[in-house]
Amino acid sequence: MSLSHHHLNTNILPTLSATIPTPFPLVFSAPIVSFLSFIFYSPLSLPSSPPIFSPFPSSLPTRKKMATAFSPSKFAAQPFPLNTTSQNNPLTIPTTASPFLGSTRKLIRLSSSSNLNIRRRSGTVVAVSDVVKENKSKSTLNLLITKEEGLELYEDMVLGRAFEDMCAQMYYRGKMFGFVHLYNGQEAISTGFIKLLKQQDSVVSTYRDHVHALSKGVSARAVMSELFGKTTGCCRGQGGSMHMFSREHNVLGGFAFIGEGIPVATGAAFTSKYKREVLKEADCDHVTLAFFGDGTCNNGQFFECLNMAALWKLPIVFVVENNLWAIGMSHLRATSDPQIYKKGPAFGMPGVHVNGMDVLKVREVAKEAIGRARRGEGPTLVECETYRFRGHSLADPDELRDPAEKAHYAARDPITALKKYLIENSLASEADLKAIDKKIDEVVEEAVEFADESPVPPRSQLLENVFADPKGFGIGPDGQYRCEDPKFTEGTAQV
Amino acid sequence: MAAIFQGVGAAAALSSLPSNSFDSKNILFSPRRSFSVRKAPSFVVVRSDGTMNLDLNPKGRRAQQFIANAVATKEDSSAASSSSKPGHELLLFEALREGLEEEMERDPRVCVMGEDVGHYGGSYKVTKGLATKFGDLRVLDTPIAENSFTGMGIGAAMTGLRPVVEGMNMGFLLLAFNQISNNCGMLHYTSGGQFTIPIVIRGPGGVGRQLGAEHSQRLESYFQSVPGIQMVACSTPYNAKGLMKAALRSENPVILFEHVLLYNLKERIPDEDYICNLEEAEMVRPGEHVTILTYSRMRYHVMQAAKTLVNKGYDPEVIDIRSLKPFDLYTIGNSVKKTHRVLIVEECMRTGGIGASLTAAITENFHDYLDAPIICLSSQDVPTPYAGRLEEWTVVQPAQIVTAVEQLCQ
Repeated sequence: MSLSHHHLNTNILPTLSATIPTPFPLVFSAPIVSFLSFIFYSPLSLPSSPPIFSPFPSSLPTRKKMATAFSPSKFAAQPFPLNTTSQNNPLTIPTTASPFLGSTRKLIRLSSSSNLNIRRRSGTVVAVSDVVKENKSKSTLNLLITKEEGLELYEDMVLGRAFEDMCAQMYYRGKMFGFVHLYNGQEAISTGFIKLLKQQDSVVSTYRDHVHALSKGVSARAVMSELFGKTTGCCRGQGGSMHMFSREHNVLGGFAFIGEGIPVATGAAFTSKYKREVLKEADCDHVTLAFFGDGTCNNGQFFECLNMAALWKLPIVFVVENNLWAIGMSHLRATSDPQIYKKGPAFGMPGVHVNGMDVLKVREVAKEAIGRARRGEGPTLVECETYRFRGHSLADPDELRDPAEKAHYAARDPITALKKYLIENSLASEADLKAIDKKIDEVVEEAVEFADESPVPPRSQLLENVFADPKGFGIGPDGQYRCEDPKFTEGTAQV
Repeated sequence: MAAIFQGVGAAAALSSLPSNSFDSKNILFSPRRSFSVRKAPSFVVVRSDGTMNLDLNPKGRRAQQFIANAVATKEDSSAASSSSKPGHELLLFEALREGLEEEMERDPRVCVMGEDVGHYGGSYKVTKGLATKFGDLRVLDTPIAENSFTGMGIGAAMTGLRPVVEGMNMGFLLLAFNQISNNCGMLHYTSGGQFTIPIVIRGPGGVGRQLGAEHSQRLESYFQSVPGIQMVACSTPYNAKGLMKAALRSENPVILFEHVLLYNLKERIPDEDYICNLEEAEMVRPGEHVTILTYSRMRYHVMQAAKTLVNKGYDPEVIDIRSLKPFDLYTIGNSVKKTHRVLIVEECMRTGGIGASLTAAITENFHDYLDAPIICLSSQDVPTPYAGRLEEWTVVQPAQIVTAVEQLCQ
């Protein structure tokens, strides 16, 4: 499934080549160029606008303009300017160009003037393929996905949504406790990225990790049992909602403190590079994806890992799920420069912004970023604009967020959007999709049944797994290793 | 960093008999059985693998006199060593390097990450030459981001490598506390046993020579509560190499505490491959009157005090606990049952240190065997002052140890 990236006008190349800091090889294969064009920010659509990656932003004349676009008052109502015309049909491929492909000539040639002003304030990323297809009618469009892929994406997103909804139900029925963070609304990111991975690729997440685990292949039963704290859970009931791990599917967690997982992801990427270069497993091209939120992007571990990953060209993609809120702290109140993707070039890697409510756009960006990592070209920072439909966790009353903002994003529900796209492009019928909905409902219900019927961990499980080598519990007063006592793991012996 | 420093003369006295006559497979005696006490004031070092070093040469008798210098300088020990003896002599940091190098040769998944470990060779030269030999990726010079590169080590360990993370000074690992506590200690458990974290975190700590408060920290007291990690402290070149190798072969995360002042200790160690058990304590000097438990640098203060005590007619049993977490309650217990008096000498601060935990563990387990309350000598609860005299008074000195033993044995 190829996009017509290669038709891209090559006069973009010189401009874009100035954007990347010079230490980096200016190898611009077509995919990279097209990938870099997924850049946000229409205010730079002026003729003399410098490219968005400039490492010296203070010299940009348009910086002021960007500042206005982001004035707090605007954001209070609408965090990102709306692309009003495509609001109802976010997956329509517009006929105007992405405004900042560098050359003005391109812009004028391709844009339809009536929509220009609105496009300028567009919050959506327009695919490069859109530029090229301006003359084609919709019916002959080179579609972004095949039917099988479309259904796979749809099913994965519906699974994520149905599972999380069931979690909420189960929580309020007292089947699970503690902190449970639901992913409703953000499914496009998980599906868009993770469905492109192989089994050996790794995913590292945060506490909002149920859907990442599901997308990666962990069964719904295993995740639900884990949430119920049963011994059949993916972590034997020892991890819980915030610690989903799977060795088989290379889900490396599940971390409760934000930012904690990013170094671990960097380590997994380091192993991949090490295997290729030191252990000489020449075909090892495993990629690691690190998912985290906007709040994490103010944390030291984020910056430290951006530095190390870029320094050593680690095969990792840093995916920011910017849902604008860190519990009750608005991203704009917490961040001096809220445009997170800009922090990538500061460390020497591309920074991309994408509409995270649009699974197809996310998938295109993901393809490029993962491809880059696989080829050994280094890390990428992808900022996905998204939104969580529920509160931060099931304990969050969610009173601070403006209902208008919630309504705006609810209208951009990624599942509804994909459904519309599939139907309008004749990739699937209503019946097909309904069948998937039903199937997923059954899967989730079965998962709940399985979890309900699973046993709770016995006392003997208490101290198992504290050490990989239980000799670490030491030698007891009787001269024997404590772990040799069969009842030791019950915690009755003294340590 | 070469430095002459105060403490103990015992190290100067160590020399070995052919140690390859005892190998771990045919130990003639159980490592945990106590030895008959020798009345002559010479030192018997019994190692956990059953090898025994007897100090028989004349230098040993010189050790009876009060020696101001802690550790032999090169000239002292070279007088004793001769090329006809088996094994080879080296300094503690070289022993660490040897252990690390051997393990890196043995297993290509072992790698080192830390600040200045590569091209610079390590700030204490523990990794000198390794980058040239194994390459920049296996001996990785990291930027100054302890939390992140420790986390990176943990992620690498989870995905199949066996990294060694070096803290240039143990105190810097305070910045990595998040990763050590939350990830290193916990991930094996919270993943339900799916991921192992065979990482070794090592670095020099302890009070040095006027290094200032922040470079003189004892992190073993902070980390001891973290479940899922093991902590060991090395004190001689022999156990440094042995513990390093054992830690690298262990599937558990291990924190290896070295001491800034002990890097230049010299000792003759065996040529053959050996490891020191991570969970066992080391019997330094068997005795009858009192059990002195110690580790790391304080071992040398204790041995120096032991000389004075022996002159005064006491017979202390000195055990280097080596394993700070978990405690080897068997060796310790047997000793308590024999002597009925316990003195703990440590470098941690009074509050919440290893000594505090050890006191609790002994009281819980061996209360009936004690004839007197346990005395725990620790450093003062103060940020280590820069001024030399003040710094001396911060840590436990041999005179205090002698006084404590006299008090215990009344």
